[in-house]
Amino acid sequence: MMNPSQGRGLGSGGGSSSGRNKGGEAVVEMFPSGLRVLVVDDDPTCLMILERMLRTCLYEVTKCNRAEMALSLLRKNKHGFDIVISDVHMPDMDGFKLLEHVGLEMDLPVIMMSADDSKSVVLKGVTHGAVDYLIKPVRMEALKNIWQHVVRKRRSEWSVPEHSGSIEETGQQQQQRGPAVSEDAADDNASSVNNEGNNWRSSSNNSRKRKEEEGDEQGDEDASNLKKPRVVWSVELHQQFVAAVNQLGVEKAVPKKILELMNVPGLTRENVASHLQKYRIYLRRLGGVSQHQGNLNNSFMTGQDASFGPLSSLNGFDLQALAVTGQLPAQSLAQLQAAGLGRPAMVSKSGLPVSSVVDERSIFSFDNSKPRFGDGIGGHQTQQPQMNLLHGVPTGMEPRQLAGLQQQLPVGGNRMSIQQQIAAVRAGHSGMLMPQQQPFPRGPPSIRQPMLPNRITERSGFSGRSSVPESSRVLPTSYTNLATQQHSSTSVAFNSFQQELPVNSFPLPSAPGLSVPTQVRKPHSSSSSYQEEVNSSEAGFATPSYDMFSNRHNDWDLRSIAFDAHQDAESVAFSNSEAFSSSSMSRNNNNNATVAATDLGRNQQQTLSGMVPHHQVYGNGGGGGSSVRVKSERDTAAMAFHEQYSNQEDLMSALLKQEGVAPVVDTEFDFDAYSIDDIPV
Amino acid sequence: MQRQVALIKQSLFDQGYLDEQFIELEELQDDANPNFVEEVATLYFKDSARLISNIEQALERGSFDFNRLDNYMHQFKGSSTSIGASKVKTECTMFREYCRVGNAEGCLRTFKQLKKEHATLRKKLEQYFQASK
Repeated sequence: MMNPSQGRGLGSGGGSSSGRNKGGEAVVEMFPSGLRVLVVDDDPTCLMILERMLRTCLYEVTKCNRAEMALSLLRKNKHGFDIVISDVHMPDMDGFKLLEHVGLEMDLPVIMMSADDSKSVVLKGVTHGAVDYLIKPVRMEALKNIWQHVVRKRRSEWSVPEHSGSIEETGQQQQQRGPAVSEDAADDNASSVNNEGNNWRSSSNNSRKRKEEEGDEQGDEDASNLKKPRVVWSVELHQQFVAAVNQLGVEKAVPKKILELMNVPGLTRENVASHLQKYRIYLRRLGGVSQHQGNLNNSFMTGQDASFGPLSSLNGFDLQALAVTGQLPAQSLAQLQAAGLGRPAMVSKSGLPVSSVVDERSIFSFDNSKPRFGDGIGGHQTQQPQMNLLHGVPTGMEPRQLAGLQQQLPVGGNRMSIQQQIAAVRAGHSGMLMPQQQPFPRGPPSIRQPMLPNRITERSGFSGRSSVPESSRVLPTSYTNLATQQHSSTSVAFNSFQQELPVNSFPLPSAPGLSVPTQVRKPHSSSSSYQEEVNSSEAGFATPSYDMFSNRHNDWDLRSIAFDAHQDAESVAFSNSEAFSSSSMSRNNNNNATVAATDLGRNQQQTLSGMVPHHQVYGNGGGGGSSVRVKSERDTAAMAFHEQYSNQEDLMSALLKQEGVAPVVDTEFDFDAYSIDDIPV
Repeated sequence: MQRQVALIKQSLFDQGYLDEQFIELEELQDDANPNFVEEVATLYFKDSARLISNIEQALERGSFDFNRLDNYMHQFKGSSTSIGASKVKTECTMFREYCRVGNAEGCLRTFKQLKKEHATLRKKLEQYFQASK
């Protein structure tokens, strides 16, 4: 979470021992004593036992026998807990849903537990972003070390990527945390991945503080560069970066060549290398998320995809972009989307309709972010005039486009429909997109919130970042991506992000992950890459790609916006929607959603508010209600993604296959390419 | 008295009524929480009685909603596992297996056995706690 205050610091809350906030990395000796744990389990016997055990570990325990109550407790007191332990089977809410919510809204580490030790359930925990899974009966030994998850998460938050730094709220210099980041990533498989995600999302205060401390480590890297100790990855810079990467091909991009292509004076290879690493993580996350989402979202999709599919993608972007730019009034956006989709107008405040469908959500997430951008950016809005309305509106969808999309998605039927929808939407949007692209303010790059699960995580990564208000980053490309990506909800979301986020920003974590990989390949300008894919897939959407370029900045903006939004709202609605796609975005979205600021002007918040708690926006801003699902999806995807980071894609695929989840997405997206390991530094 | 307590406890373990989880619980007991285990056991029996009655009603209906039954049993198993009620846990597992394959007859039989084990454990633990006081 981005809150400027300490965030969740372990001891920040009530006099715990950690005292971390003060400074530094040093953890107070008393830690982990005083760790604030929230335990959720409908079984009173287990609850009592757990409480006793945790108390014996000297943790501060809060019991809860209902998930809803736990969520409201968490919402009321965002920084009041350090970690959540939840049972899987609960009568009022599925444990995984709670997991998603927490991950999206609060970005706290969540441990799942159950008497059920079947592989599928454990896998589900992993993919949804749980930091750990305990089998009942839970023993003391297992509980004694849960503090490690808190520390791990915090660490990842600290190492916010450099670009985020520039956008950081605090204005602290972004440390080039390339190395740090990679370390984290390398060390813990899932954890680090999540952390990364978190970083993006939550670079909130904690990270900032940490960064300072840890900045020294990386200072060397920057020392040789520009006069400034750290490189600030502005939207433009990122855009150039993405363009260079796309030109070289994501897998083949090496820092040296990228540096050459970028031709930015003062930029060093190290800067590029660490940025590339982060970018790859982001892409991976997107890819993974999308996959999962696709898989996981089947349920979601079914409900909505048909209508939303296409709409979401298009709507998300277009609308968002529009919303962002302020052109498209949130309401109109919502209406459009709603109309198109036939869903309730979930328009996020900014006017971006929230796509209810998971995929769409991702798209919408963009939307959310988009509006944010606009806001954040300072109102590009004028540019985007009303066109947007159409964007979002699925009405424009053309069946054939969908058909085309379908081909693409080998994934489950849900996906396809979404894709189709997206294609359709795109088709409809293409026309609309074009004009808007530019005006979109660079969406809040921050939107990217690490989608990853609670650790989901991931979401937080962005929190700090963005602020770059670049103005409309709306990623035009995202649209295109959406269309093509439809694969899974994630992909859709992704697309949306892309569009919203300017090329510069890393692909939004939202689902698009899937789309990203495919798209990245194309040399399109950074974000355009997505578009390319999309474009190729959808004949009708050619134009969107261009948009991407212009929107490149959106990413960054989104992120920043996301952060801002994040701070604002507590949008309950978002909690649901927390669409993973843009972890940061989702965060913001959440905020936005609640904020539901009707005024577009409100930057980030706007985007979210528009999102409406309806299930839509899963992508970045996480639409409302259904967002929860999305969130899980996304998170899962994100999580899945993380898995991949560790080059465990095969494993994941295998597992997913076993579980009946079609890993299709994974393979399609070539996330491998982006594995951090490949990054030549 | 102490010896009696020890004997009762030993027999509970030997006969498989309790497993090491129960020992874990006892380790949580200390001066600050001297009756922790008993409190947990009381809570368990109260909650499980409720579950048993739910399952009973579900079975009496004759419709055999295996999903629902499985859900109940999952909860039952969870809490039984947590206090170390070994035999009860075994019956739960068997019951769930019958649910999985849709064997109504097996479910009924197992449930009867489960209730029996549950009642026996309850009695024995009550003895145990009495003797411990």
